[in-house]
Amino acid sequence: MSSYVIRGARLLGNDPVDIAFADGVITGIGTGLDGDEVIDGTGLVTLPGLVDLHTHVREPGREDAETVLTGSQAAARGGFTCVHAMANTSPVADTAGVVEQVWRLGREGGYCDVQPVGAVTVGLQGTQLAELGAMADSAAGVKVFSDDGKCVSDAVLMRRALEYVKAFDGVIAQHAQEPRLTEGAQMNEGPLSGELGLVGWPAVAEEAIIARDVLLAEHVGSRLHVCHLSTRGSVEIIRWAKSRGIDVTAEVTPHHLLLSDDLVRSYDPIYKVNPPLRSNDDVEAVRDGLADGTIDIVATDHAPHPMEDKECEWSAAAFGMLGLETALSVVQQTMVDTGRLTWEQVAQKMSATPAEIGRVANQGRPLAVGEPANIVLVDPAATRTIDARDTASLSRNNPYAGLTLPGEVVATFLRGRPTVRDRVLVTPLSTEGASA
Amino acid sequence: MIKNLLSAGDLDRTDAIRILDTAEELLGVASRPIKKLPTLRGRTVVNLFFEDSTRTRISFEAAAKRLSADVINFSAKGSSVSKGESLKDTALTLQAMGADAVIIRHHSSGAPHRLAQARWTKGAVINAGDGTHEHPTQALLDAFTMRRHLVGSTGSDLAGKKITIVGDVLHSRVARSNALLLHTLGAHVTLVAPPTLLPVGVDHWPVETSYDLDASLEDADAVMMLRVQAERMNASYFPSAREYSRRYGLDTARLNRLPDHAIVMHPGPMNRGMEITADVADHVRSVIVEQVTNGVAVRMAVLYLLLGGAAGETEASEEGLS
Repeated sequence: MSSYVIRGARLLGNDPVDIAFADGVITGIGTGLDGDEVIDGTGLVTLPGLVDLHTHVREPGREDAETVLTGSQAAARGGFTCVHAMANTSPVADTAGVVEQVWRLGREGGYCDVQPVGAVTVGLQGTQLAELGAMADSAAGVKVFSDDGKCVSDAVLMRRALEYVKAFDGVIAQHAQEPRLTEGAQMNEGPLSGELGLVGWPAVAEEAIIARDVLLAEHVGSRLHVCHLSTRGSVEIIRWAKSRGIDVTAEVTPHHLLLSDDLVRSYDPIYKVNPPLRSNDDVEAVRDGLADGTIDIVATDHAPHPMEDKECEWSAAAFGMLGLETALSVVQQTMVDTGRLTWEQVAQKMSATPAEIGRVANQGRPLAVGEPANIVLVDPAATRTIDARDTASLSRNNPYAGLTLPGEVVATFLRGRPTVRDRVLVTPLSTEGASA
Repeated sequence: MIKNLLSAGDLDRTDAIRILDTAEELLGVASRPIKKLPTLRGRTVVNLFFEDSTRTRISFEAAAKRLSADVINFSAKGSSVSKGESLKDTALTLQAMGADAVIIRHHSSGAPHRLAQARWTKGAVINAGDGTHEHPTQALLDAFTMRRHLVGSTGSDLAGKKITIVGDVLHSRVARSNALLLHTLGAHVTLVAPPTLLPVGVDHWPVETSYDLDASLEDADAVMMLRVQAERMNASYFPSAREYSRRYGLDTARLNRLPDHAIVMHPGPMNRGMEITADVADHVRSVIVEQVTNGVAVRMAVLYLLLGGAAGETEASEEGLS
């Protein structure tokens, strides 16, 4: 295996320095380093490989929308070296068998580590706990459990799940959506939903569940993670919960950082997502929450759908947007270029902390000698106009199509092997990661 | 003139008055021995109905036929749509068949917008009611009816007229379209409903709102009662049909509190005994049947201006409109 050196890139956005790695491990950080292959990092930023806590890969079941392989490729292009695959596949990832299959497909693809998320309840039905322990004990070593797409709305079941996963240091990642308050919901509830005649998804339906769950987490002394938080009120509840010492973490998606509900005026289902795009005031609040640490991480909620599920009338369309290949650009535009976050903080929120929440040992590590060579090289000065066809994903439901975003991933290394070089995907040389 | 009619908000005052004035001229056609003009001869108009609505469909069909258009009725029931065909594919089929106008009724809010904006059809798109969003030709026929009774002259708007719209505003496309169009025409609109049936954000609409019907009758020039859907009656929007009827129904006692010139309207079909009592529905001040007649004239005007207008007005007048 070759040794590499990235010359003169700004490590975590700080001063330029060389970084050398071989055999999957960082071997040197300094000046005048050498390697078999030298990459000119002038003007680029070095970050640790990104970790996504919230990806939908659609395999098994909807391989026309995305597979573990294509999802991994999209992830690599976005600078990710690890993604968590949500459980709402068909069959649902609620057994050791399914999670091991997804995990293995990821290793075989070799573009990034695919860490399965296990379902909290059997078939996401919200009535009976899935075999959480078996999934935790499986080869996939599942630590994150979620019925994402659906809310664990039964308070007793949620309490039991929070308690049960303590046995293996698991975390429940909740899709906070009070089901009765959101029956038939199509978009953010507000003046625009009334005007457009679309059933509203009120902020209180998210906030009520988050409020309940932080209190449950406190009561049973367990870890809670809140998926794709989207409203000002949710940020305030998390802030309060953290001030009380409750063990809660929260994520925000790139689309909730950038897009707002006025886009729905077009009735174009490309903007249909759950939770829905919120008001500009909510967008401002989640940016503030991410900047001040109330929101711990950015997670993509990458949700591929075939065109026929989006080229239709609004209410018939599927919820969800692509996100892996644009996440870093959106974060740069909304948080870095606006001075709200440094690149070092981006590394924290898109790599170290998500790996820590997911308890993924060899991802999200610092860029230091002896650490795994999971590295992404970013060109922050690049700008690109997003083209929905230019993607590794099998789907095209990209809400940023036509927008010009800053930043581009130049290279991604997974355990020292390139998955992206010179801004294009490269075939991994081997599947050496399969035993890792 | 606009190309599509998707929302009552698409119409500015000039366009709206033009449609009403044109309808005024076309109203006479119905009383002629031969109820037909050659204006849209050779044009194809498709009635694309994804949702049952016999009244609206036959109103559009009559309007198109009186202008000599060829009419294709497409009903989703028993069609390829029930076999899973998408709106896009249906529209592409109609486009391939050369539809000059597509009149679409759909259960999904915004479906006509999608049809027009995604360019699945090149024909003019006319919204004949979409979900809980809008029903612009209903608002036009309502405005037409009001103008005939409350103002009387062509070329005029409804400036200063006070219109009270009562009932399930939350789910009513009629209320949305009326609120927009009546505002454009200078009328003052008051929406009266229990708080559960007023949409979030109604305070951003160009209307007044009230929970009290009795307080909203004294100076109304027209009262429009909205249909209460049966499925709302057991969904906790209000405690019971009886209570709703007592608080928001129009009966003779309330009718008598209206000014003498005020008219009673209803987009139909009515629940007699629920939002309106039978004697009020059939009262001399009720213009409900007239609304139906006016609906054909207004829809003729819309089709004429959207389709015939494209061919040039002089040609249309040569064909005998004026």
